Amino acid sequence: MKTYIVKRCFLFVPTLIIVTVLVFAILRVVPGDPAVLILGGEEGEDDYSEQQLADLRAKLGTDKPIYEQYIRWVGRMLRGDFGTSYFYEGDQVIDDIKHRLPVTIELGLMSLIMASIVAIPLGVLSAIKQDTVGDYVTRVITIAGIALPNFWVGVMTIFFLVLFFGWAPPLDYKNVWDDPWNNFQQLVFPAIALGTSNMAFIARITRSAMLEVLHEDYIRTARSKGLREGTVISRHALRNALLPVVTLTGYEFGRLISGTVIIEVIFLLPGMGRLLITAITSRDFPVIQAIVVMIAVVVLLLNLVLDLTYAWLNPRIRYS
Amino acid sequence: MAQEQTPAGAVPEQSAAAAPAQPIFVLPPKRTLAQNVLFFVTRKPLGTFGAAVAATLVLMAVFAPVIANYNPYSVISQCTSEQNNRCKWASPGARSENPEGIMLFGADHLARDVFSRLIYGARISLYVGIVASLVGCTIGMMVGVISVHFGGATDLTVQRFIDALISFPTLILAIAIMAALGASLLNVIIALSIVYIPSTARIMRSQFMAIKEMDYILASQAIGAGNWRIMIKHMIPNCFALYLVIFTFHLGGAIIAEASLSFLGVGTPIDVPSWGGMLSQASSANVTVAPSLAIFPGLAIAVVVFSWNVLGDAIRDVMDPKLRGST
Repeated sequence: MKTYIVKRCFLFVPTLIIVTVLVFAILRVVPGDPAVLILGGEEGEDDYSEQQLADLRAKLGTDKPIYEQYIRWVGRMLRGDFGTSYFYEGDQVIDDIKHRLPVTIELGLMSLIMASIVAIPLGVLSAIKQDTVGDYVTRVITIAGIALPNFWVGVMTIFFLVLFFGWAPPLDYKNVWDDPWNNFQQLVFPAIALGTSNMAFIARITRSAMLEVLHEDYIRTARSKGLREGTVISRHALRNALLPVVTLTGYEFGRLISGTVIIEVIFLLPGMGRLLITAITSRDFPVIQAIVVMIAVVVLLLNLVLDLTYAWLNPRIRYS
Repeated sequence: MAQEQTPAGAVPEQSAAAAPAQPIFVLPPKRTLAQNVLFFVTRKPLGTFGAAVAATLVLMAVFAPVIANYNPYSVISQCTSEQNNRCKWASPGARSENPEGIMLFGADHLARDVFSRLIYGARISLYVGIVASLVGCTIGMMVGVISVHFGGATDLTVQRFIDALISFPTLILAIAIMAALGASLLNVIIALSIVYIPSTARIMRSQFMAIKEMDYILASQAIGAGNWRIMIKHMIPNCFALYLVIFTFHLGGAIIAEASLSFLGVGTPIDVPSWGGMLSQASSANVTVAPSLAIFPGLAIAVVVFSWNVLGDAIRDVMDPKLRGST
């Protein structure tokens, strides 16, 4: 186990460096000078002096060679400084993210919890009643859930809410600590819209994991020693089947994050995803860089933790 | 299919040459194309359904100018069946004074025919889906085979890049690339192709690892085959089934991703009749004014993705039962 941890952590460092280089490089591919972009404004007027341009370049650090820019950027990030937004003068990117991140996390967690509550029983039922009508219905629902794009589910959710309840996306976001009930009302429908594809995914893997486990010898043993079927399912089968479900759901975190971007835009939630989209439309590169790097690093760390947990729980992995 | 006929044709010749010795094992006659299709249809009804829907959609995209009665870009001025003669937000089935006639799914906020835009949208979706997943999967496969064949330091380095790329969620990476390149149809294809390289390379790599240990690879090395010959003639053809499966799944994914990008306003330019773009113009504020505007593009995406996924599932089961659960 020790060698596995060391090896896995050792490989983590170069990957992390490549991630930062990639993000830095992608946004340096852009033709054009950010300083010109800022001074020119939206109309692209040319009423600025060479001196102003040089000053701004010095301020942004774009007058330095590219590798120096990269090292400075990484060095600052390590100290928790993600730079300042191009367009909101003096606005620290880290402050923006601090405000927006809790919304995204809350939305993601809520949808994941709701998806699991529905999906795991559905997957278990589908497995123990294999090839019955209920199983087919569940399978069709799960395939449809994966095929339906979540932005369409979001738009349709709003449509039905407006049609039947006169509900509209709230304009003023309430913090969970200030007004929990209001906050719940604001997040519950976005979370459902976000959770449909996750629900489908979790139900599918729960079903296949359960089917695999149900054919194991220890299930037959449990049955033959006279345990009630409910106990066999919940204590013996589900417990073992849940391990792959939990880890695979963890690896799906990236897709969940992709989903929050869209859902936040549709439901006008002030989360990270909406910040990213606004930053892209205004070409605010420090903000884009900060968010993309942050997401990638979180995914990397999560995968590391999941790999280690999985290896710890399942010794066969370590030796492969 | 013609390719597969050759080895079957070679078998009788071989046994004829070795006539004195009793053939120990005679291959059953090769199935014809018609038999193969029949086998697929009877064994995989859902997959056949998917194939039929997918084929219909391809035909729809190809013959879009014939099927669509309006120009997807043109604004319709006079509606005879609507209040105030305005075509903006016209309801499904509305009629205009134009010779083109009925607007099957109504008109959008700029009074353009939704049905025609939907038909032309199939072109955009399939074009992006097919090209992006073809390019992404092919490059991914090449990366995978090179990584495995050369092994050692090459493999270690390539895999770190794959690790890094895979840690970006698909849509986030695509958005970041689009931010750098700017919104256009070609850039969407470039962005999505890049996005599908790492996952394909990762899955193909594990398959190539198994193939590398096969005796026929050792044999071809022994007769002095070069690196490229081994990779292209021996390793890649043996992973074709997996390639096809990954391709169909990424195709569905790419269609959703394209729609998502256009929906967020960072994909195709706004006037292009992309399903995602149509949905974004119909979204939130306008959905109550003309719900049909949001319902039809969404259904179109769902049907396309569903049919390709089901088809992919069936292809996987038929071509190689061992691949079950690999994607």
